[in-house]
Amino acid sequence: MGGLYEIFLSPFVEFGFMRRALFGAIFLAVATGPLGVFLILRRMSLVADSMSHAILPGVAAGFLIAGVSLTAMLVGGMLTGLLVALLAGVVSRLTSLKEDASFAAFYLISLGLGVVLLSLKGSNMDLLHVLFGSVLGLDDKALLFIMVVSSLTILLLSLIYRPLIIECLDPGFLRSEGGGGSLVHMLFLMLLVVNLVAGFQVLGTLMVVGMMMLPAAAARFCGRTVGKQLVFAAVIGAFSAYAGLVVSYHYSVPASSSIILVAGLFYILSLMFGRQGGVIRSRIRFFN
Amino acid sequence: MNPVIRLNNVSLGWRDKPVLQHVSGQFNQGTLTAILGANGAGKSTLVKGIINFLKPITGSIDIAPAFRKELTLLPQLSDLDRSFPITTYELVAMGAWRRIGPWRQYGKTERARIYHAIEEVGLQAVADHLIGSLSGGQLQRALFARLMVRDAQVLLLDEPFAAVDEYTCEDLMRIILGWHAEGRTIIAVLHDVDRVRQCFPETLLLARQVVAWGKTAEILSEENLQKARRLSLGGF
Repeated sequence: MGGLYEIFLSPFVEFGFMRRALFGAIFLAVATGPLGVFLILRRMSLVADSMSHAILPGVAAGFLIAGVSLTAMLVGGMLTGLLVALLAGVVSRLTSLKEDASFAAFYLISLGLGVVLLSLKGSNMDLLHVLFGSVLGLDDKALLFIMVVSSLTILLLSLIYRPLIIECLDPGFLRSEGGGGSLVHMLFLMLLVVNLVAGFQVLGTLMVVGMMMLPAAAARFCGRTVGKQLVFAAVIGAFSAYAGLVVSYHYSVPASSSIILVAGLFYILSLMFGRQGGVIRSRIRFFN
Repeated sequence: MNPVIRLNNVSLGWRDKPVLQHVSGQFNQGTLTAILGANGAGKSTLVKGIINFLKPITGSIDIAPAFRKELTLLPQLSDLDRSFPITTYELVAMGAWRRIGPWRQYGKTERARIYHAIEEVGLQAVADHLIGSLSGGQLQRALFARLMVRDAQVLLLDEPFAAVDEYTCEDLMRIILGWHAEGRTIIAVLHDVDRVRQCFPETLLLARQVVAWGKTAEILSEENLQKARRLSLGGF
């Protein structure tokens, strides 16, 4: 019994930084998982990846102007993220370039710009911090920000749930019923950017997308309907956060990578054994 | 006759490249009109213009104020993502969107209306099945059930008989004729000239422009059909 306590609970009971990391990562997972489900439904999985890079120059600009100031980096990240979302949308409407392609173009520019800006003032450590996060170094201010963003995300997602579903499946129908699709799309992109910005503190701009997409992709093989997939994604994400931190503590491996690897393991398990189209389940059904 | 939708020299297209040009005319209240034409004639483009999915490049589309909230769309089956994880019931329930909006719960009346519509189209047995497991005909029936729940006065049907079997076509046509008898305004995009002759009193014949618009018996003359084929560079 004592052994189990030592493995699963004592890191969080004994160390405040582990508790903060746990709360931060779980709150983040509960919001980003459902967002990931909608990204998959809208066939925008790669857009999340692009957006996570799009916030980099803003974060770097905040760092250049105000040093290691959470507020400056968050505001900068949010501004460039929203700017890229807006520009990609405008380009895809005005030209024949599809939205994912224009996102890709802008994110590559953003990534280059971000790294150049960081190198102007920072060291390689600063770049690593931004790219891979510092979940074990979360302070109260960062934790509070993540909790607020996560709670507001769940609230706003539940408010736009119905139109978002209709917009994903049948945008023409929503338009014929008075519209609102563009507003819903913009709100969704805004939530995406805000969560990526909140998440970069925890997991870094590279890893945060994993927290969004891996639980959501795993949930696709577990939940039959959208509602169930949203719950599965949040639960898988939250459990990955906890298990990843436990593994990181006991084996001294980077926490953000550990969390993402556990989420990846869930994805592979559900891909194989998931009740909704998992590879092995489908084969068994086929041979029966 | 009360005009429901008025088209004033409308040109529609994608990114300023017109697909359909200089369309003028009106759909009157209570009429059953077929929009007929070859592939690429601009039929679905016109429907997208009417629902404001496409902004006119020139001209305007006016919807009578009394009908602005009374317009709904049956999309093409190919526009729907069949792998989307929702059930038949949930798809049909979308029809209540205007009444319940984003937050209100589905009350007893709405639920009864949804079940009744599902029964009307004969999908009780698959009400809790995912739409991905439905056949093309069943999915089209589910979309018709959604229209029943919607209960709108102006119905835009974009290729209602595409990819469905003849038996289902007959059933769906009966439903359309029932709506027409109730005085609703129906505009349907079709390819099948014989069906139009048989069931649709009015026809708008398109070939990237209006070839002819009026009573079906007069519009579907051999001369007009040939003109449409010539302008479309293809048959239908």
